[in-house]
Amino acid sequence: MTLVARVAAAKATGNLGPLIDVIPYAKFLGLNGTVVDDELITTMAFLPTNIGNPALPALHGGTLGALLESAAIFQLLWAAETVVLPKTITITVDYLRSAAPVDTYARGVIVRHGRRVANVSVEAWQDDRARPVATAHAHFLVMADS
Amino acid sequence: MSTDDDDQARRERRAQWNRMFAANVPHNVALGIEILELGAEHAVFRLPYAAHLIGNVETGVLHGGAITALLDACSGAAVFGALPKPQPIATLDLRIDYLRPGAAGKDILARATCYRVTRNVAFTRAVAYHDDPDDPIASAAGTFMLATKLGKVGGTP
Repeated sequence: MTLVARVAAAKATGNLGPLIDVIPYAKFLGLNGTVVDDELITTMAFLPTNIGNPALPALHGGTLGALLESAAIFQLLWAAETVVLPKTITITVDYLRSAAPVDTYARGVIVRHGRRVANVSVEAWQDDRARPVATAHAHFLVMADS
Repeated sequence: MSTDDDDQARRERRAQWNRMFAANVPHNVALGIEILELGAEHAVFRLPYAAHLIGNVETGVLHGGAITALLDACSGAAVFGALPKPQPIATLDLRIDYLRPGAAGKDILARATCYRVTRNVAFTRAVAYHDDPDDPIASAAGTFMLATKLGKVGGTP
């Protein structure tokens, strides 16, 4: 199945499974995405291998970065009329709170989608959406390969 | 002091760091991250190429998130290396610039330096690369909160 077909299948079912299947690291982190009240929410299931600090315990900052970057890319693929895999140019992650060993959710908002570059802001939260554990803003190259 | 003794000491130190690291950070273990160097000046980590870390099965290139985890871990270690005594730290922010695509099938190394430590915050720079730190795949700038108050290190905060 091509990327285009996978994105179409995901959109048709409201579930990112077909897309996650071709992203091994996303699978390894326990990522999946579903549409809830017209919003694409990316979930990172709690897995013991996602722990960065067992003393607290807290999730590894890298897993939160990967969740935020993935949620932004999924949002772009979801919104796109022509499917091009966005390439990350830069991402800045702000770590706001220590992330507990539970499921984590993320939602990306496209701030600006230009011809070449898209700007996306993303929030990740756990029990309380009003208390995000990490946020990110990122720029992606969204042109077809030249 | 002979070079052999130095090498022996360095090898033992490195093995000790890796044992500590393996026991303490499950996600680093899951990624297969290894410490190659860790000192007051810089830290060098290796992320071995592995199938479960791929971001795009068509190209076989590792996922940006795995590189984020590597740069975060290596930058944090550089802070530990620069601190006069061990204390808990937490990443405050991390900016990553992706400079060029990585090559499929190749390990990724990260080299981080902690270039300033204040009472509350430490500042880091890092690069991710295959063979040459001067030809990076990604570069990162990070800040880390220091959990306990430090004595005066390198000036005012």
